[in-house]
Amino acid sequence: MKHESMPWTVKSRFLASLGMTHLLVSALVFLVLVGGAAPLLNAQVTPQRLLDSAKEPQNWLMYSGDYAGRRFSALDQINTSNAAKLVPKWAYQTMAGGKFETTALVVDGILYGTGQDNRAFALDARSGRPIWQYQRALPADIRPCCGRANRGLAILGDKVFLGTLDAHVIALDSKTGNVVWDVAPVDYRGGYSITLAPLAIKNLVIIGVSGGEYGIRGFIDAYDAGTGERKWRFYTVPGPGEPGHETWEGDSWKIGGAPAWITGTYDPATNTTFWTTGNPSPSNRGEGRAGDNLYSNSLLALEPETGKLKWYFQFSKHDEHDYDATQVPVMVDQGDRHLILQANRNGFFYLIDRSNGKLVFANPFAKVTWSDSKDASGVPIARKDASPTLEGNRVCPGAAGATNWMSPTYDPQTQLFYVTAREQCDVFSTAPQAYEAGHAYYGSAYFPNDDAEPFTGALRAIDPNTGKMKWEWKHPSPTWSGVLSTAGGLVFTGDAEGNFIALEAASGKALWHFQCGASVYSSPMSFAIDGKQYVAVAAGSALLTFALP
Amino acid sequence: MSMPRTSFRRSKFWPQRWRLFGCAVVVVCVAAVALRAQDKNPFAGDAKAAKLGESQFRANCAFCHGLGARGGGRGPDLSRAQKRHGNSDADLFRTINEGVPGTAMPPNGATQQGVGMTEEEIWQVISYIRSVQVKAPAQLAGNAAHGKELFYGSAACSTCHMIQGKGGRLGPDLSTTGSARSTEYLVESVRSPSRRLAQGISEAMKEFSQEYETVTVVTADGTKFMGVVLNEDHFTLQMMDTCEQLHLFEKDKLRSLEKSRESLMPAYDQKMLSEKDLQDLIAYLLAVGGQ
Repeated sequence: MKHESMPWTVKSRFLASLGMTHLLVSALVFLVLVGGAAPLLNAQVTPQRLLDSAKEPQNWLMYSGDYAGRRFSALDQINTSNAAKLVPKWAYQTMAGGKFETTALVVDGILYGTGQDNRAFALDARSGRPIWQYQRALPADIRPCCGRANRGLAILGDKVFLGTLDAHVIALDSKTGNVVWDVAPVDYRGGYSITLAPLAIKNLVIIGVSGGEYGIRGFIDAYDAGTGERKWRFYTVPGPGEPGHETWEGDSWKIGGAPAWITGTYDPATNTTFWTTGNPSPSNRGEGRAGDNLYSNSLLALEPETGKLKWYFQFSKHDEHDYDATQVPVMVDQGDRHLILQANRNGFFYLIDRSNGKLVFANPFAKVTWSDSKDASGVPIARKDASPTLEGNRVCPGAAGATNWMSPTYDPQTQLFYVTAREQCDVFSTAPQAYEAGHAYYGSAYFPNDDAEPFTGALRAIDPNTGKMKWEWKHPSPTWSGVLSTAGGLVFTGDAEGNFIALEAASGKALWHFQCGASVYSSPMSFAIDGKQYVAVAAGSALLTFALP
Repeated sequence: MSMPRTSFRRSKFWPQRWRLFGCAVVVVCVAAVALRAQDKNPFAGDAKAAKLGESQFRANCAFCHGLGARGGGRGPDLSRAQKRHGNSDADLFRTINEGVPGTAMPPNGATQQGVGMTEEEIWQVISYIRSVQVKAPAQLAGNAAHGKELFYGSAACSTCHMIQGKGGRLGPDLSTTGSARSTEYLVESVRSPSRRLAQGISEAMKEFSQEYETVTVVTADGTKFMGVVLNEDHFTLQMMDTCEQLHLFEKDKLRSLEKSRESLMPAYDQKMLSEKDLQDLIAYLLAVGGQ
């Protein structure tokens, strides 16, 4: 890859232009070799490094930690025997309100994160002191749904990549935070925004859009990491003449939604990238969009170079309950079985054969009332009387789902899948409304049922072989925290009450907790520097790190 | 693709301080215009706008204020002519747009859950609220003065509830409850207090408020306390016992902890409180709540 080697070329030319001797250049090369490649090569993240992320567990090179989406750290310095001694090491404050959802990246001692209102920053991962800080000047008329949040960056070469609330894709120089390129895939005034962390594959930056609350037409784009040139676009709502178009009534496809707002995964063995999509629009009213509404609420298998669809699997057909399928599609191999695990917002845990998109099985992992039967292939299908009504119809899970964007984790040691579950049912009521570009377009209202039992949450450990729960850790109220597993035999999660918690991965026993002072709205990660392991999580407006004393 | 920030820096047309001054003047002018624009609903009396407003209301407001704006366990009945935080269009706009500090009413778009409304949509919601508003203030059926006597006297409400600084601490302060809850909710809270437990502390970013659950603990030394939960998380419990003593516990140090959704408040049936006395009591809550 040319652009990765460029800085070296530039540096050599620079030295040569200053009249430096070959001897000095040789000495520098010698220093690099003796001192280890890291210090001078820092942030030179080649595509090969991303493929080999398992070889450098001290770093966290992408949103989910690896291409498989496991959110598993192979570091084991912090483990079941010493987790009780964890202490806070440093905090970084964005000083912004709203949800702080970032999963930081760490590359060779530098931590890269994003904050509310499209802040981005690079910190000395040892001290938490900022190296650079960036904030996008956002237009005043953006109205992104669900908070002015961003979940993180992708890194490739000497750039980090940011999706913005005004629907731009921006490459920042990883050493300075300077804008290298800035492209606008679409006009934000149509209700589009970007909140996810992009995924870098080869020399491409792959990104999807948010906007399922506005009647957008969703898509996934790939950009050349060096130039920002768009290489392909996959519309998640097929246009006329494309397969799947017939699943939309009349012109409803034009405002069909199906945003792709969570980071995908990548299988190098078959050169396939997996992406998930959200609700059809309007989210809670099916009238006017008769049909299955492909590819809303689906898992898509795409070829990274072209965006060509290999296969799809739709979790919730013709959805009327906002059951976005935007949960990280986690890749797991069991012998010769190549699987995707997904605990879906609709309350079912799905095991899917990722070679062909066929369902292995689906089992509920939370309370479900929208479905009470399955089709011939085992796919749960909706009850006719589960649709929202004008007076309101109580359905479980509620609109926020049995889980949501918070990441699950797969621990290869326990071979368990851990997911944040939310037990909340809602009354779904229709609120017919006309489409108006850029305006909220729910077609519905939903609210908790006053008579219902109190809402709770849980971290659930699921055996992927059976879909059965091995153990659960109960949260007093539903949480928006994701989960990290580590080789130290631990899983880390947070709660709405502000606790960041370490549990024994095998049993669910709590070993340690820390009160962050505000709800955890992010998925944790882990890294190491100077041989010391850290665990990091965002809560309130602080990014907090923990390590052994 | 240049960034706005970059083009700002590159501009040599005006020195930066002049540019800033220019910006300040523009901001002041815009603010003045905006203030004027917010005085009067441009859609006043417009039935079509009220219909659009109903959709917005259902999506953004019904969560607390109920489907027909008649209130619920979380928010006031907005069909009442008298609104606690002001009755004029401008007051309503301000309340919706800026929220009410110290209450569960958030500023527009700041719930972190939904989308929020445009200025136009807020006016439509106000049109809708006006369309469902009861024309004249309802004549209070009860006798508020007698209700006050009951509150502090034979009904013994003040044993646990405070109004304007006077009364007990175990239950929620009821000074503003009359304006913050629908009459139906108030009646239900007296007759069947366990059906919907009152809400206590709300924390920023935490989705759901703490409820007034009943709790019984036995400490390591065998002492038993019964009271209400003030707040709790997985590891700690803050409670007030029936003697108004505050206790802060680490749960794993307790011998036992039992919670119940059966309210500590007695259910006032007809024998304990006649229908007329109940109406007097509600009249007192409404009167004091409107102050």
